[in-house]
Amino acid sequence: MVTPATQPRPAAETAGESAEFPAARLHVVTGKGGTGKTTVAAALALALATGGRRTLLVEVEGRQGIAQLFDSPPLPYAERRVAIAPGGGEVLALAVDDEAALLDYLEMFYSLRRAGRALRKMGAIDFATAIAPGLRDVLLTGKVKEAATRTEGGRRVYDAVILDAPPTGRITKFLNVTAEVSGLARVGPIKTQSDGVMAVLRSSQTAIHVVTLLEEMPVQETMDAIADLQATNLPVGAVFINAARDSLLPAADQKRALAGRLASTRVAAGLRAAGLDSDNHDGTSLAAALTDQAVAHALRISVEDESRQRLATLGLPTYELPLLPGPIDLGDLLELAGLLRSAGVR
Amino acid sequence: MSAPQLDIDALLKDPELHIVVCCGAGGVGKTTTSAALAVRAADSGRTVVVLTIDPARRLAQSLGLTQLDNVPRVVDGVGGDSGGRLWAMQLDMKRTFDEIVEAHSTPQRSSQILSNPFYQSLSSSFAGTQEYMAMEKLGQLRTAGNWDLIIVDTPPSRSALDFLDAPQRMARFLDGRMLRLLAAPAKAGGRAYLKVVGAGFMLFSRILTRILGAQVLNDISAFVGALDTMFGGFRERAEATYEMLRRPGTAFLVVASPEPDALREASYFVDRLAVDKMPLAGLVVNRVHRSAAPGLSAQWAEAAADSLAEAGGHELAVAALRIHAEQATLAARERRLTQRFDKAHPDVARREVPALAGDVHDLAALREIAGALAGP
Repeated sequence: MVTPATQPRPAAETAGESAEFPAARLHVVTGKGGTGKTTVAAALALALATGGRRTLLVEVEGRQGIAQLFDSPPLPYAERRVAIAPGGGEVLALAVDDEAALLDYLEMFYSLRRAGRALRKMGAIDFATAIAPGLRDVLLTGKVKEAATRTEGGRRVYDAVILDAPPTGRITKFLNVTAEVSGLARVGPIKTQSDGVMAVLRSSQTAIHVVTLLEEMPVQETMDAIADLQATNLPVGAVFINAARDSLLPAADQKRALAGRLASTRVAAGLRAAGLDSDNHDGTSLAAALTDQAVAHALRISVEDESRQRLATLGLPTYELPLLPGPIDLGDLLELAGLLRSAGVR
Repeated sequence: MSAPQLDIDALLKDPELHIVVCCGAGGVGKTTTSAALAVRAADSGRTVVVLTIDPARRLAQSLGLTQLDNVPRVVDGVGGDSGGRLWAMQLDMKRTFDEIVEAHSTPQRSSQILSNPFYQSLSSSFAGTQEYMAMEKLGQLRTAGNWDLIIVDTPPSRSALDFLDAPQRMARFLDGRMLRLLAAPAKAGGRAYLKVVGAGFMLFSRILTRILGAQVLNDISAFVGALDTMFGGFRERAEATYEMLRRPGTAFLVVASPEPDALREASYFVDRLAVDKMPLAGLVVNRVHRSAAPGLSAQWAEAAADSLAEAGGHELAVAALRIHAEQATLAARERRLTQRFDKAHPDVARREVPALAGDVHDLAALREIAGALAGP
């Protein structure tokens, strides 16, 4: 890995030293659309399962993103094993469906499963979750909380539950369930339920992580989302930088490129030494084309460095994952999980 | 195999075209694409309004969108000598909803509705309200008739299809039997009521009461009572806007990035438009990486870099070759993904926009993107 020595970087290799990864039981992973939050959530589930532990990876938006990532058939509303972690741990996955969660809830609290089925036939379940969007979120987060706190024979069923949560734009509203239902239900069972969920979400059992790319817009959204979460007293955990690239240029050339002084003649000399034709497909010089690409690379790296510096002002534990050529498969996820482990995620 | 090129300028200059809808998965640059198209169209002489949903701060600033007051504002510095002008606005869904209520009921009724807790939750957080209100606003802008081209960005939904489905779903809900039945006990009540609606519904209503508490049902009941005059209107309005989108003056532009998820979403949307006979203009693929020297493969560049590095010296050339290998690998992967889309949709015109190093802060950057959209 080539790292320009002149630029400080709170990268994966160093993050663990400055701040510890939160010792939470429920890890909520959010991020702007397109930043790879499902990938990071899955890598985190693998990292936390490493060494004989058991984790549950949950999705709530009906996208079946986890199944696609692990190349498995669509997930039912049941906890299924999707991967074995290094050292004998296991990752289970669950796709929470709002209708099924409501039926679950009816059964758990009112023993109303049969009535629930009748309601489903009437289309009433759709109606009930539609009539009260807060209700939907309480049911979804309620299911996640139930899994995170579930015990069997006095022992926790899961060492950690990782939620592939809605994107940054909707995360605070999604998690702030009490506020959402308070306008709707001031008293009653759903209020009690939401208070219970909120107590767990606000506690140190929970950590909310934000995934970002090293680009301006996702970084801005990350900072905004973190400010929102903190203002709502929701526990922010770590920042995960995804798809980071290293500068491939020597430090001096990186500087020259940014100053517009990268000489294509030096590239041309190297290409000649390597025995490469000096003409590009369209008759322009290959050296000029490669030099332009190197300058664009330098610009991108400098945007990345600025982004890193802005993120560093948050003072949060930060973990960095490299850009992988993709499409991401289980091997890639294990590689990312290994990087997280060695950066102190456990 | 390559897809037909999407001719953006021909599209935007078509005097018969009055609405462009930009849709696609979240995070693919829909808002930026909408804004760039709007600037391009206004520069070419059209009177344009762009309806953005949730623009990033700096993009909003580049359009002069500093106030969120739910009305279009003129964007300075666009149009030039062409005679074209650009207006921009950001959707305020709650306000749009409030305005519909105010326009369709007496002042007394509307203040009852606006202060109802159920209405407040409905208008600010109902799943689908944003899509419904975007559709509604589009209808209003069209009816106002002040613009000859309306460009709409779509909400960052769970699925791009929500933009088409949510408004009708919501209108059905507002006009629907269930909501009226829930409100009915306030009026009817007693045995006669049970006879009309049946035991199944009573069970439903009882469970709802148990889950949500009686207060919620009272709120709903009061809301529906106050809304009575508007019933039927919601569905009609949503259907009218939906129909408007099927007419020839509309074009859908599906936006994606060269990623599997975004292209899959684009694929669903294209299929859906075909099923619903809605006019698709084409696919825009944003943030595409290109190889500056397609003749030099990634493997070859990597091998050359290795042997050069081994021999020593030529550090810059080694780095430039490695950068090229990285870029060529990325470009090849993206090409495979877009070709997969082309195979499934061979007739869909496509345009690729290269990835920029920085973000959009000003009109100049929007024009640069628009230039790439329009092509050489």
